[in-house]
Amino acid sequence: MSTELEMPAELAAVAAGEAEAVARLRASLVDAAGADGLIDVAYRLVDSPVGPLLLAGTAVGLVRVAFAREGHDAVLQSLAVTVSPRILRAPARLDDAARELEEYFAGRRRLFDLPLDLRLATGFRREVLAHLPEIGYGHTASYATVAALTSSPHAVRAVGTACARNPLPLVVPCHRVVRSDGSRGSYLGGTEAKALLLDLEAGAATCP
Amino acid sequence: MPPPFERLVEAHGAAVLRVCRALVGVQDADDVWQETFLAALRAYPSTAVLNGEAWLVTIARNKALDHHRKAGRLPIPASSQGAADGALPRGLPRGLPRGLPARTPGGTASGGADGVAHSVEAGEDAARVWAAIGALPKKQREAVVYHHLAGLRHAEVAGLLGNSEAAARRASADGMKALREILQGTGMSDTPEGRGQ
Repeated sequence: MSTELEMPAELAAVAAGEAEAVARLRASLVDAAGADGLIDVAYRLVDSPVGPLLLAGTAVGLVRVAFAREGHDAVLQSLAVTVSPRILRAPARLDDAARELEEYFAGRRRLFDLPLDLRLATGFRREVLAHLPEIGYGHTASYATVAALTSSPHAVRAVGTACARNPLPLVVPCHRVVRSDGSRGSYLGGTEAKALLLDLEAGAATCP
Repeated sequence: MPPPFERLVEAHGAAVLRVCRALVGVQDADDVWQETFLAALRAYPSTAVLNGEAWLVTIARNKALDHHRKAGRLPIPASSQGAADGALPRGLPRGLPRGLPARTPGGTASGGADGVAHSVEAGEDAARVWAAIGALPKKQREAVVYHHLAGLRHAEVAGLLGNSEAAARRASADGMKALREILQGTGMSDTPEGRGQ
């Protein structure tokens, strides 16, 4: 709603400095809400070589990493439904995740050491995600190989689905799962992003 | 499907601040804004929120009433106190020679004297409007604030004021008319310096 446009000219002066005041109040609201345990989902945006990333966390841990192409607004709306609508932009709560991702993209981190909240992946999808960290940094595995690690060794297509719906891409390395013919296959962050990540890891892995 | 609470803060934070400033004055508005959004977040989303803004303004209005009750005084809304108090000391460097030691923090930080002067004028203009709003009869004041400053529809204003949509519309129109007269009456003549630039 564009209240500014509808405001009579005589009253317009009251909006002076309002944006700064609201920004200041927002920050202290986040502090107070956090202290009262009222933030169910905290989020922040970070820039990365694969575009802006949305990071969202609960009291348990990092719950969602989303690429811009997934639509950050849609992802937040979906978190409002699946986790809780008590969602606030609270960047400080995701400092650790932001820092580790920055180190990862700089080639200085091979393993993520973050508490994860895997509630968005259930059943077989969750089982698949649990096996993905077994594919080491700089390595790849085929969908069939990953399936063979699970309780349903023939569920190759289901492994593909689990990767495509990974709520924690990058941190849970679904980008290391490729096709049996050696081609890279699809990626929820886009094929360019997958190529960039595999190249990054290949380059960094060869350095001492 | 309730939206992320953040969306409500983004969309309505400024409007709710205007309501708070109008109801309890610029000085105390921050506390009431904070209480409003904390209470809203605490209730969210168990309350059926059809119109986020009307809901938030309702909470703000209740928090403002609490505030006055606690302070044990009648509503003295929108006095020019807050904005003017905050703005005037920063206006001093305007007239001071540049060689003087920085007695007034913030005056030389950024933007230079022009920036300071502009923000002071903006603060004075805002204080003048808040004072005029505060001088309105209660019903007119609330109707003007909810409709013109917060952007609620007359029907929603009527819901808050407990009257009819037509009555809310009339109160808003009468309030704006009175406001124009007040603003023209106080005019710009009481602040000769800093004008005519």
